[in-house]
Amino acid sequence: MKLTGAQIVIEALKRENVEIVFGYPGGSVLNLYDVLFDSEIKHYLSRHEQGAVHAADGYARVTGKPGVVFTTSGPGATNAVTGIANAYMDSVPLVVFTGQVATSLIGTDAFQEADMFGITLPITKHNYLVTNVKDLPRIIKEAFYLATTGRPGPVLIDLPKDIQQQQAEFKYPEEVFIPGYNPTFEGHPGQINRAAKAIARAKKPVIYAGGGVVISGAHELLLELAEITDIPVATTLMGIGGFPSDHPLALGMLGMHGTYWANMAMHEADLIVAIGARFDDRVTGNLKLFAQHAKIVHIDIDPAEIGKNVKADVPIVGDVKQVLTQLLKKVKPKEHQPWLERIAGWREEAPLKYNQEDNEQILPQYVIESIYRVTKGEALIATEVGQHQMWTAQYYRFKKPRSLITSGGLGTMGFGFPASIGLQIGAPEATVFCIAGDGSFQMNLQELATAVAYNIPVKVAIINNQYLGMVRQWQELFFNKRYSAVDIQKSPDFVKLAEAFGAVGLRAEKPAEVVPVIEKALATPGPVVIDFRVRSEENVYPMVPPNHAISEMVRGD
Amino acid sequence: MKHILAVLVENKPGVLVRVAGLFARRGFNIESLAVGRTMDPGISRMTIEVDADEKTLEQINKQLNKLVNVIKISNLTQEPSVDRELVLIKVKAPASSRAEIQQIVETFRAKIIDVSLQSLIIEVTGNEEKLEAIQLLLSHYGILEIVRTGKIALLRGSKTIKNGEVK
Ligand SMILES: Cc1ncc(C[n+]2csc(CCOP(=O)(O)OP(=O)(O)O)c2C)c(N)n1
Ligand SMILES: [Mg+2]
Repeated sequence: MKLTGAQIVIEALKRENVEIVFGYPGGSVLNLYDVLFDSEIKHYLSRHEQGAVHAADGYARVTGKPGVVFTTSGPGATNAVTGIANAYMDSVPLVVFTGQVATSLIGTDAFQEADMFGITLPITKHNYLVTNVKDLPRIIKEAFYLATTGRPGPVLIDLPKDIQQQQAEFKYPEEVFIPGYNPTFEGHPGQINRAAKAIARAKKPVIYAGGGVVISGAHELLLELAEITDIPVATTLMGIGGFPSDHPLALGMLGMHGTYWANMAMHEADLIVAIGARFDDRVTGNLKLFAQHAKIVHIDIDPAEIGKNVKADVPIVGDVKQVLTQLLKKVKPKEHQPWLERIAGWREEAPLKYNQEDNEQILPQYVIESIYRVTKGEALIATEVGQHQMWTAQYYRFKKPRSLITSGGLGTMGFGFPASIGLQIGAPEATVFCIAGDGSFQMNLQELATAVAYNIPVKVAIINNQYLGMVRQWQELFFNKRYSAVDIQKSPDFVKLAEAFGAVGLRAEKPAEVVPVIEKALATPGPVVIDFRVRSEENVYPMVPPNHAISEMVRGD
Repeated sequence: MKHILAVLVENKPGVLVRVAGLFARRGFNIESLAVGRTMDPGISRMTIEVDADEKTLEQINKQLNKLVNVIKISNLTQEPSVDRELVLIKVKAPASSRAEIQQIVETFRAKIIDVSLQSLIIEVTGNEEKLEAIQLLLSHYGILEIVRTGKIALLRGSKTIKNGEVK
């Protein structure tokens, strides 16, 4: 069967069971969109390509399926770059098709030409420039395989206009053959035994669980491991939801804005079992002072992460789910009463707290805890980046994997709102909140039009502190309160803004209005934007100041 | 410490950029780089000389391995191997110093491959020390231009670095 390049793409997507594509058309993808027009694949038109990629990212994170994006060449493709980099840093599977000028024009600075192969080399797991239509089925097959296996990530296919028009025999390959790509799934049995021995010997062990637990679907195995061995579990920002935060062994988040007790436990541990985590600088604080007494077991599917920042005593390369299955066969029940009591002491010493009662103004933490209460912890949450993101990690007690969608590695302001749209599309029955900052929301608020157009009922809770709050906090603490370029009081009226887009806008200005307005938003069909006017100069605590050990937290009281 | 890596890669467009870009991006230093096809036209072999401590070397290895087009990496410094580099040196050679230069060329078993009234081009192959030595000697006469291929290396004996199957 002979098909055009554009038809091949759509046929291949069907073979990959793709039901949804996010995108934005233009001159170099006219052929692709023409074929799409007749297909059963549902296309969501964003209002900016960055919005399309973030939405695909949110969709991928909640469903575990790859997100698919179409953009045109040049500006359309470069607009997608932040979204691709964001997915790369958080290991999210995406397949991004960018249009390209015709092969005969490549390299001539043609109209709307940008070298997407070159631009995205360092921010994709792999990328392709298609130069022969005959290669297209194989390339698409490989792209989906690469994006979704091993350590997932975005793959880009740059598709010149003439390739979309040319014909080739369509035969979708059954298998891929990529000689240089052989991810290790099973853990080395010798290392598994060593890990089990280290666990058996440890008196003060901690499990440090990252995004890999969520991605590989290993949350139940993690729970089993923790309960059998009686080891407390600290999660990274990306690992949140990988372990139920109301569990007695849960330490909450660790790192810069983690809990005091999680960080102290890491600091004093004699064994750290790192699972699907990568010892990011936001987690370790000053590396030289990090967990000096601990033996380190490091489990990760990406060998390059092992030994990159912290030397592992027991390195285990493999898929977290498989490795934990193997490890569970080797570990014996244990109890760590004295250690857990010591941790409980730290918890009492410095609990997470804020004081709404004595405040006339709404405190941001209270908003987040109220959303938690009203939704009974069952909502799916996307966040933007800043203080509100950290408060969400601290005060919304996540119970399930894939329930917090946040930009961890890149810290992309403007991610959360479009991601929440993709999240709701991937989980149509769920209650979806986007917890946003007033600054971040303004980075991709044009996507309100997308939410309204498709009637996507996300509830956007803007934690409106009139500041680029996280930056202001650093200026307060480390730059002598010299507030340089962080005042954003001159922002739009978010209620009117929502209305202008055809959404519903609500506002809460007093603490007593917080819960009712959340309830009202939930009772309102369609997208809702809530403007929570909160105390401006509230800080996120506790905090590990930069270059300090994680044990040296500033508590702020 | 210096290491010579033999890197087998798929012979596809952009592979060189991927490898070079990786080194630049992660702050790894390339001392020299030579690329050419292997017996299998689908596979190229890069010989990369790097100056790295053990930890950096491990990262170089692992990060290179993550590139989808990289098939195999071998560290030839860790095994008995031979390495060579070819250099072309254009040296000032007026009649007065020509005889002396010729003697140096003979001693080093180098070759004169171009002759003009005022200069010679000398081709010399060898290991690092030999090349440094002849360069130093010739510099007394005035080197006008120099070009090096970068190192290439093979394991000693009948051991080979096997190509992964690529069709
Ligand atoms: C695209 C982008 N630009 C700049 C930053 C740096 N940055 C990190 S947090 C922050 C402030 C965010 O302000 P807001 O969204 O209002 O959240 P808040 O901290 O006030 O809760 C800034 C500017 C970033 N993370 N991303
Ligand atoms: Mg703000």
